[in-house]
Amino acid sequence: MIDTDVPQVEQWRETRNRIDAAPSAERDELLAERAQWTRRSVVKMIDAAGAGHIGGDFSVTDILTVLFNAVLRIDPTRADWPDRDRFILSKGHCAASLYSTLAWAGFFSPDALETFMAPMSELNGHPDRRKVPGVETNTGPLGHGLPVGVGAALGARLAGGTDRVFVVLGDGEMQEGSNWEALMSAAHYKLDKLFITVDRNRLQQGARTEETNGLDPLPERLAAFGWEVREVDGHDYAALINAYRPSATGKPVAIVANTIKGKGVSFIEDRVEWHHKVPNREQVAQALEELS
Amino acid sequence: MSVDVSTPAVYDNRTAFAEELIALAEQDDRVVAVCNDSVGSSNLVAFRDRFPNRLINVGIAEQNMVGVGAGLADRGFIPFVCAAGPFLTGRSLEQIKADVAYSAHRVILCGMSPGMAYGELGPTHHSVEDFSWLRALPDLDIIVPADRAQTRQALRDVVANPRPSYIRVGRHKVPDVTTESTPWERGRMQTLREGSDITLIGTGTLVSRALQAADLLTVDGTEARVLNASWIAPFDDDAIVRAAAETRAIIVAEEANVAGGLGAAVASVVAQLARDRVPLRILGLREFAPTGSTDFLLDYFRLTAEGYVTAAREALADA
Repeated sequence: MIDTDVPQVEQWRETRNRIDAAPSAERDELLAERAQWTRRSVVKMIDAAGAGHIGGDFSVTDILTVLFNAVLRIDPTRADWPDRDRFILSKGHCAASLYSTLAWAGFFSPDALETFMAPMSELNGHPDRRKVPGVETNTGPLGHGLPVGVGAALGARLAGGTDRVFVVLGDGEMQEGSNWEALMSAAHYKLDKLFITVDRNRLQQGARTEETNGLDPLPERLAAFGWEVREVDGHDYAALINAYRPSATGKPVAIVANTIKGKGVSFIEDRVEWHHKVPNREQVAQALEELS
Repeated sequence: MSVDVSTPAVYDNRTAFAEELIALAEQDDRVVAVCNDSVGSSNLVAFRDRFPNRLINVGIAEQNMVGVGAGLADRGFIPFVCAAGPFLTGRSLEQIKADVAYSAHRVILCGMSPGMAYGELGPTHHSVEDFSWLRALPDLDIIVPADRAQTRQALRDVVANPRPSYIRVGRHKVPDVTTESTPWERGRMQTLREGSDITLIGTGTLVSRALQAADLLTVDGTEARVLNASWIAPFDDDAIVRAAAETRAIIVAEEANVAGGLGAAVASVVAQLARDRVPLRILGLREFAPTGSTDFLLDYFRLTAEGYVTAAREALADA
């Protein structure tokens, strides 16, 4: 297990307190700074590793930024705190974005990000809870995170805890049958402290979702499965924060976050080939320039 | 030497499983059960009546069921995830790999009515691939209690030391072959009978048959050692090394497909020995079973005392 970076946790906590207290404009600016740092980190990690999933990393970055810096009740110095909010990145291939977000919060040192996918690194191409604090369950194969989230939410209720469960899914991943098994289960048990966020970038590995196995109308489908649905711009910090308010209906909450795959770098945005393409030297330089 | 031909009492291990699970749940709030519409067939009716909030029936959704178990473990519970063996292991194999074994979530997977317990229902309902599938996963214990006492022992063990585990909970009735005083140690086979001529290894349903075979072999003047493979993983390599050194042949029988099962585990040890590579026979399935009751199918595949005896005589002739 990789070590916690306590001074980094202090820095994260201080920023988090400022974010919690700031008026909305300043809060959005602080969150934008964090997201910018994460995206730059992702570019450097994928450049060094020669592999990664840059398109999905960028579409989910703002969602992860909001969760870890404005929503989740966590203590990175106590990753095993029983009452922590659970966070599960079901689209585990976007590990670079998750690792950067966790490292900023001090779950481990940001220096470790340089080892992403290097031989014997704790930072595998998909997250491993046995090695990385802050990871609740190992993901990578799609359609796994939500059933685990349902179990954690059932457990929280059974234990009488106040903790909540947050699962982030890719939209392409909603083609997996196991997700719909879990959606039914969560609604059946009225798990109102379970929040899913679907990173709706409308692209999957090989093509657009709607050309592959269409998901529309996704919000209506989720509502029909018994969820309280909130559709937001997945790059709008205020909208995201508001979307994580408590359930009003006693139902579990599904946030359909409309995003742009590759968000933040012009030549990567909304381009199917950038699912897991690796930028060359010039593209790395240009990406970092656009993210400065 | 006379052979005892009286018919011993036989028991469905699910009864001991159900009773022990309730007893453990009384003592430990972390014990919960998860199932797939199998409250009845997993013998969880009494558990549900006693602990209505601690039985989670996710319906006919096995992938979700195993993931839910992993999530409960993440939240600090000790979930017993119960379903008929074929659906638990086949339908949810990737969840068992990623969510349980690789994630090191302390889920107890209970494969109910394993092997060919569902006889006439056919190969879709037989759980004879579970050893092969699950042996390929690191960090997952595979436990096969041979009788009522070991079923209770296995449950107490995994609650005291929770770890990712798969337990075969037998439905086909078997006699008692152990007592409360039979040693129980993780990853160790038990020697149920000492012998120096040949080693008979059985697991689950086959253990009492191996003991009967050892009795039958005495008429040949053959002294058979009988090992109960109550642990398929971690595997007891040492017991096999000793059997190869101290006896002249090994017979393994399993209510499972032989491709990658218990016999394959034994063969892997024997084949890698520098010496004492004793003759080995493996009895098990090599095809989808035809139609028939469990007893009929066990006979059909020679998973009987007589099957052991015939294989033992052949192997000793080769030794």
